[in-house]
Amino acid sequence: MTNTLHRYGTPESLKDDYIVFIIQSMGINDQGAEVKIKRFAEASLEYKPVNMGHSSTGTLYEPEKDQSFFKLYFRGREEKRSPKEFVLSLENPQGVDMVFDNKAAMQGFLKDVKALDLGLSVNVSALIEDIREVCKQNEIILHSVEYSLGFHGDVDRLPERDVLKVTTMCGHGMISAAFAQKMISHIKEGRVTPEKAAGYLAKFCVCGVFNTSRAIRIFNEIRKGG
Amino acid sequence: MEIDKKLCVGCSNCVPICPMGAIYIGDDQLAEVNQEACVECYSCYRGMSVENLPPKPIRFLRRILASMGLRFQPEPDICPTGALLPVELDWPRSIRRVFSDPVVPHDLTEIAGRGTAEVKTNDVTGRVLKGEAGLVVELGRPGIGVYFREVDRVCQVLASQGVTFEAENPVTALMTDPERGQIREDVFNEKVLSCIIESKVELEDVPRMLQVIKELEPSLTTVISLGISTRCDAEGEDPLRDVLLKSGFEAWRAKVNLGMGRVSNPEVLVMEVES
Repeated sequence: MTNTLHRYGTPESLKDDYIVFIIQSMGINDQGAEVKIKRFAEASLEYKPVNMGHSSTGTLYEPEKDQSFFKLYFRGREEKRSPKEFVLSLENPQGVDMVFDNKAAMQGFLKDVKALDLGLSVNVSALIEDIREVCKQNEIILHSVEYSLGFHGDVDRLPERDVLKVTTMCGHGMISAAFAQKMISHIKEGRVTPEKAAGYLAKFCVCGVFNTSRAIRIFNEIRKGG
Repeated sequence: MEIDKKLCVGCSNCVPICPMGAIYIGDDQLAEVNQEACVECYSCYRGMSVENLPPKPIRFLRRILASMGLRFQPEPDICPTGALLPVELDWPRSIRRVFSDPVVPHDLTEIAGRGTAEVKTNDVTGRVLKGEAGLVVELGRPGIGVYFREVDRVCQVLASQGVTFEAENPVTALMTDPERGQIREDVFNEKVLSCIIESKVELEDVPRMLQVIKELEPSLTTVISLGISTRCDAEGEDPLRDVLLKSGFEAWRAKVNLGMGRVSNPEVLVMEVES
C-alpha cells in the first residue's frame, strides 16, 4: 500500500513531514513481532511524534462514540491520546507509523532504531534528499526505494491545491475534500482554530499518518491568504 | 451505508464528511446516501463522533430555532444522534468495502488495504529485484474513486505491454485472465475509493511503460497516483531516479525501505538451512 507516498505539495512544503514506520511480514518474521513493534513505538516517544498509529491499532486521534450532552459541554472532548498512552494501549500491532515534523527528530529516531536491531522492515516516507542525508549520517544503506510520480489522468476533477495538501496526508482518502474545504472556510471566518480543525481531520485517518503539525501550518498560511 | 431516518435530525454535518460526496439532504430535510456514489469506505460511520442526543427533542429545537432565524449546529465532526447505519453487503457490492475501507482485509488475499506491502517489506520478500521496477498504478486516488470497468481497461493496456501482475495484489485476484489483464465482469459496475494495480517490468522498460501511461491519460475519467520502485545497489544508490528524470518525471518524494528486516520465523529459517 502506498498510503504515505503521494502527499501533495512542493518540496519546500514537505520540509516538516517525515514518516517512519515498521511492518512485519506474515509467515516471514511475524512471530514475536508484537514486542518488537512496541519497542519501536516506545523508542519514538523521546522524539515527540505528532501522530502515530496503524490500521490495526488505531491512532492518537479517536472519535468518541459515547458522547452525551453533559460530557460534551461539562467535561469537554477527550479524543486525543498522548503518545505514551497510545504506546501503552498497543495490542497485537502488525506495524506502526510515526509522524515527525522535523528532520532532526527523524534522524535521532532512526539512529535509535538502527541500534535496536529489531529485525523487522523499517521504512521512511519523506523527501528523498532528506532521507539520503539522514541515512548517510546514521550509516544506513538504502535497500529499496519507491518514488511518487504524482497525479495523472483527469486531474481537472481534483480539488484546489490547498485542499489537496491537507487531504493527501491521508493516503487512503478517508479525509474528504469537502470537509477540508469546510474547515478552511471556518478557519478563515474565525469559527474554528487551525489546531482544532487539524484534530477534527486527523480522526478520519485510520493509519495515523495525518501530519497535524503540517496541517496547522498550512491552515495558518491559508488563513492569512498565503 | 445508510441513514437511520428515525434518528437523523438533518443537521447536515455528515454531508461534507463523505469522501465521495454521496451524502445529501433529501426532500424530507433528512440526510440520504446516494447508493451509487457510496463506496462503503465507512469514513462517516467510523470517523464521526456521536453525541447520542434524543432525535425528537432535537428536531423540535431545530424547528423553533429555525423560526427565529437561528440554527442548531453541533461541532462539525459530530453526528448528534448516531444516525449513520452500516448495512450487510452482498456480492458484488461487498467489494466496495474491502477495497475502500483500509481496515477490512480482502477475502481473496486476506490482506487489509488496497495492495500488498510492495517494497515496504522488500528486504525480506524480494518482491522487486535488482534490474526490476515495480509499477504501482493507483486508480481513483486522490478522492475521485473508480469503477472496475475502468480498472479492467487499464489492466488490459498494461497486460498488452507485457507486465507481470503481482500475484498477491487484490486487483490481480479479480482477474479471470492475468495474462490479458481481464477483470471479472460481475464487478464492473462497482465503484471503490481507489485500487492499486501492481506489476513488475524490467528496469530498461520503464521509459516505455511511462509513455504508455501518459498515452492512457486523456481517455481516463478518473485520476491515477503513480509510483515506481526498485531495489538499490550495495551502496544504497538506485538507477531508477535518472531514468525517471530523463523521462520527464519529477522524483523528489519517496518511500524507502532501510533494509533492517530479516527472516526470523523458525520454520522459515529451517527451510532456508535445508535448502
